[in-house]
Order: sequence, then C-alpha cells, then structure tokens
Amino acid sequence: MITPEVRQLAPRYDVVVSGAGPAGMAAAVGARERGAERILLIDREREAGGILWQCIHHGFGLHHFGEELTGPEYAERCLRQVTDGGIDVLTDTYVYDISPDRTLTLMSGSHGMRQVRAGAVVLAMGARERTRGAIRIPGERPAGVLTAGLAQKFVNMMGLLPGRRVVILGSGDIGLIMARRLTLEGVEVLGVFEIMPYANGLNRNIVQCLHDFDIPLSLSTTVVDIRGRERVEGVTVAPVDQALRPDMSRAHDIACDTVLLSIGLIPENELSRRIDLRLDPVTSGPVVNSTMETSIGGVFACGNVVHIHDLVDFVSQESLLAGRAAGDYVTGRRPPADNIRLLPGDNVAYCVPHTLSTDREHVVYMRVRKPMEKCTIRFGDVFSVKVRYVFPAEMVNITMKPKFLENFHGDSLRVDVVQR
Amino acid sequence: MTGERIFHYLCIGCPLGCRLEVEENAAGTDVEVRGWGCKTGKAYGRQEHTDPRRVVATSVRVSGGRWARLPVKTSGPVPKAMVRDVARAVRPVAVAAPVAAGTVIVADVLGTGVDMIATRDMERA
Repeated sequence: MITPEVRQLAPRYDVVVSGAGPAGMAAAVGARERGAERILLIDREREAGGILWQCIHHGFGLHHFGEELTGPEYAERCLRQVTDGGIDVLTDTYVYDISPDRTLTLMSGSHGMRQVRAGAVVLAMGARERTRGAIRIPGERPAGVLTAGLAQKFVNMMGLLPGRRVVILGSGDIGLIMARRLTLEGVEVLGVFEIMPYANGLNRNIVQCLHDFDIPLSLSTTVVDIRGRERVEGVTVAPVDQALRPDMSRAHDIACDTVLLSIGLIPENELSRRIDLRLDPVTSGPVVNSTMETSIGGVFACGNVVHIHDLVDFVSQESLLAGRAAGDYVTGRRPPADNIRLLPGDNVAYCVPHTLSTDREHVVYMRVRKPMEKCTIRFGDVFSVKVRYVFPAEMVNITMKPKFLENFHGDSLRVDVVQR
Repeated sequence: MTGERIFHYLCIGCPLGCRLEVEENAAGTDVEVRGWGCKTGKAYGRQEHTDPRRVVATSVRVSGGRWARLPVKTSGPVPKAMVRDVARAVRPVAVAAPVAAGTVIVADVLGTGVDMIATRDMERA
C-alpha cells in the first residue's frame, strides 16, 4: 500500500509518534480515535510497518484481527487504519533527540534537520537484536556471523542468501523461523543450538520449522568457538552443565559458512535516556503507569520499547491504549492518577503497567522467571486467578476488573505466582 | 499385535507441549490419541497424524519494485509432504512491480487446488 508522505512539516503537532512499526501505527490510530488532530508518525526506514514486512510467515493477528495473517498482511491492515485516519507519515527520518518539553529534533532524508514540538509524544522504537558481543562468543572475527532477524531481511526483502551451510545459535522464534525459511530456499541448516535445557521458541515453531524438516535441536549446548579468516569456516559446539559451563571434553566441530544468532532482543531506549525517563532494570524499558505514560508527563511508550512481547497482537492492543491516552492528554482529558503500585513477588520478573488506578479495568502483562504448572496468580489479597501453566517464554496477561480494587485501600499490591 | 503402529507428536496448542501418542488400529481405519491434556491436543493429534497440512509462505523475485523480493503464501494449507515441493516450484518465478496484495502469482500450485498469492502490495521503486 502506498502511504502518502508528508510534504510540509508543521512546527507543531498534537501527537508525535517515534517509530512506525506495529506499536507506533496502533498508537497513532489510538490518538486519532480520541480527537488528536495533527498526528505525525515517524520512521527511520523507507516505509512504515517495521519488522512486520520481513516476517513473511503465517500466524499473526488471531487475537487482534480475528484471523491468521502473514506479517506483511498484518502491516497492510495497520497501515490502512493509519491512512484512513489521515495521519501524517514521515519515513526515512530519524528522531535524533528529544527534550523534556517535547521538542523533537529530526534528521530527515527529505526535510533535513528539523525540530517539531509535540503536545504529546509516544515512544514506539521497538527493539534490536542481541549480537555476538552481547554473549561474547570466543573465536575469530570472520564474515558470516549475523543475527537471525538481519538474515530474515536479507532473504525475504533483499533477495540475498546469507550462506550455504548454516548453524543457528539460540532457539528464539526468529531463529526457528529462519531455519525453515533457509531450508525452503535450498540452504542447508545443520542444527539449532540452545544453551538452556529448554527451547525458547513456541512449540508450534519447534514442530513446523524444525521437526518438519528434520533439523536437529540440541539443548544445553552452545557454540564455544567460531573459526575462519575471511569467512566462517566452522564452529565448535559443546554441551553445558547446570551452571552453563561448557564441557570441552565433549566438544565437537561443525563445518559451516554462516552462524545465525537468535539470542534475544533489547528495547531501543537511547531516546528515552536522552530525557532521563525512569527505566525498569528488568525490562530495560520505561516505567509506565496504567495509561502507558512514562515518568515524564505527556510522554507515552508502548510495544517492545517497554517490554519484549512474543505476539504482535498484544503490541497492537497495548499501543492502542497508549495512543488513546496521548489523544486524551492533548485534548485535556486526564484520567484519575494511579494509586496502586504493582510489586513483582514470587516467580514474577516484571509487571507492565507498573501502577494501576482503582477506577478502570486494566490488562496487566507479566513475565514469570521459571515454568510452573497448575498455579495461582495472586494480586495481594484482592484478586487471584488459577492458570494451568506459566512459562518464561510466554507473556501472561490478566484482565483486572475494577470491582476487585473497589475496597482496596493500600497503595501497593504484591503479585505472586504460586504452586497450587 | 500385528498391524498396530504407534506414532509420537509434540502438541503445538500451548507451551505445555504435551507428548502425544497416536495409535492406529489394526485395520488402519482409525486412531486413538493418548497423552493429551485438553481437547485441542486430542484433535490436533488426530489431524496431525491423519492429514497434516501447512500454509507455505515464501517469496519470489520482483523487478522494478521497492524491494527485490515479493512475499507470497498459499491461499490455504497444503499437505505437509508437499511443503518443500511447493516452495521449490515457486523458486524460479519472477514478477514485475507493481503488484497488489492478493494477486495470484501461481495458480493451483502443483495441482494442490490452492494458489500462491502475493501478501503485500509492491509499488514501483
């Protein structure tokens, strides 16, 4: 779909959204719903849509659109809402700086260096992939070591194959998806190696991306050496013990020309740090209240920049909320302030949002630290819900009705996930 | 017992990943699914054993477009055994921009009865 580009940049917008992936697109639509008039949606890429364009596989949208779509189809639907909403889209533009009074400095291919003022800002910069440096794989530094998502862009958009014999380190979903993708393009995928004793990706991807193509998955195993002068020539893999220490006596070599890394994502919060937003050390994203507003009034955040999601559908839902709140902010509707802090307790790594108010229904997203079956999620003494299972790789979301908070007069609620 | 065979599957319904055991009866006319934790798993085991199907998503070359590749998918699921063949069959295909999402790129791919369709618009560069 061709999205009309902004010809003339205004000096002032009601809402400026930084990042036009699924989070930014939904936020812009949400702001429009609540009456924000001039909305600017900015992206550094040549088109809005973010990572969705390269995720050409099937399986997105069941929650948000009620049907299974590919990434590009999901993107087209979001973009249509953006276009129908008359939202200004500015691509090929980098938000270079932001000040606490919500002035943004832009570096744009078509407009040069510019400053715009925003009534409200939504941060939706998403995340980037962890690279080799993040886990310090020993060995030489040849070409042919790249992240799975970059390989995905090469293959699915640019028509470039990263290599002929590939080893994948990490069992994140993007790595599994790329194992299948490369196999379908005639590339030999020698195996997926995961340092943890369990796979990180969805079972659906284990089955449909690995089992379907007889690609071996080695758990509790990692890459301990990469060899090659110009180009990768091989890797050494070794099993690890419970403390994740490799057992070099059982190491073996694999000849390959490419190593793909699928070892996690890091929220892109450089911009958040420019204005000293309060960040959560666990999520590495901004601390947000129940309207997705950060520690600075009028600055909202949503999507992977706040916490890493496993489904885009939840990104869209969370971001719609953030956009609506930004729209309310600039049209002068302020919801009552939050009065309850959520405190992650037993087997809870984090909760988003970080605070709640007693007047509304909330969706609380959380991630657990370890797998548990037949457990109860407890919010202090006021609310609990039984669940069949929790897994670190699957975000938990709990809808909290206002009736549970009606008679609660404390200022914090501890959240625990406990065995029944 | 002769003629009885047992097959193993990993359920994809949720992260529990139940280990399913599917046993064919002697005549090969029916199956029994064991090891499931819920109805989804029971139905999945039967489907996956008797008629596994997949939607195939891949890409084809596109000239004159914003990008070098056009993403495509089968308009419906194809038998699992045909996934590699379907992907291989569309590998030599090349189209020219502009292309609209939903355009049939290969009709009735390998006689499966499903089409390979574009999953995005590809405007001219």
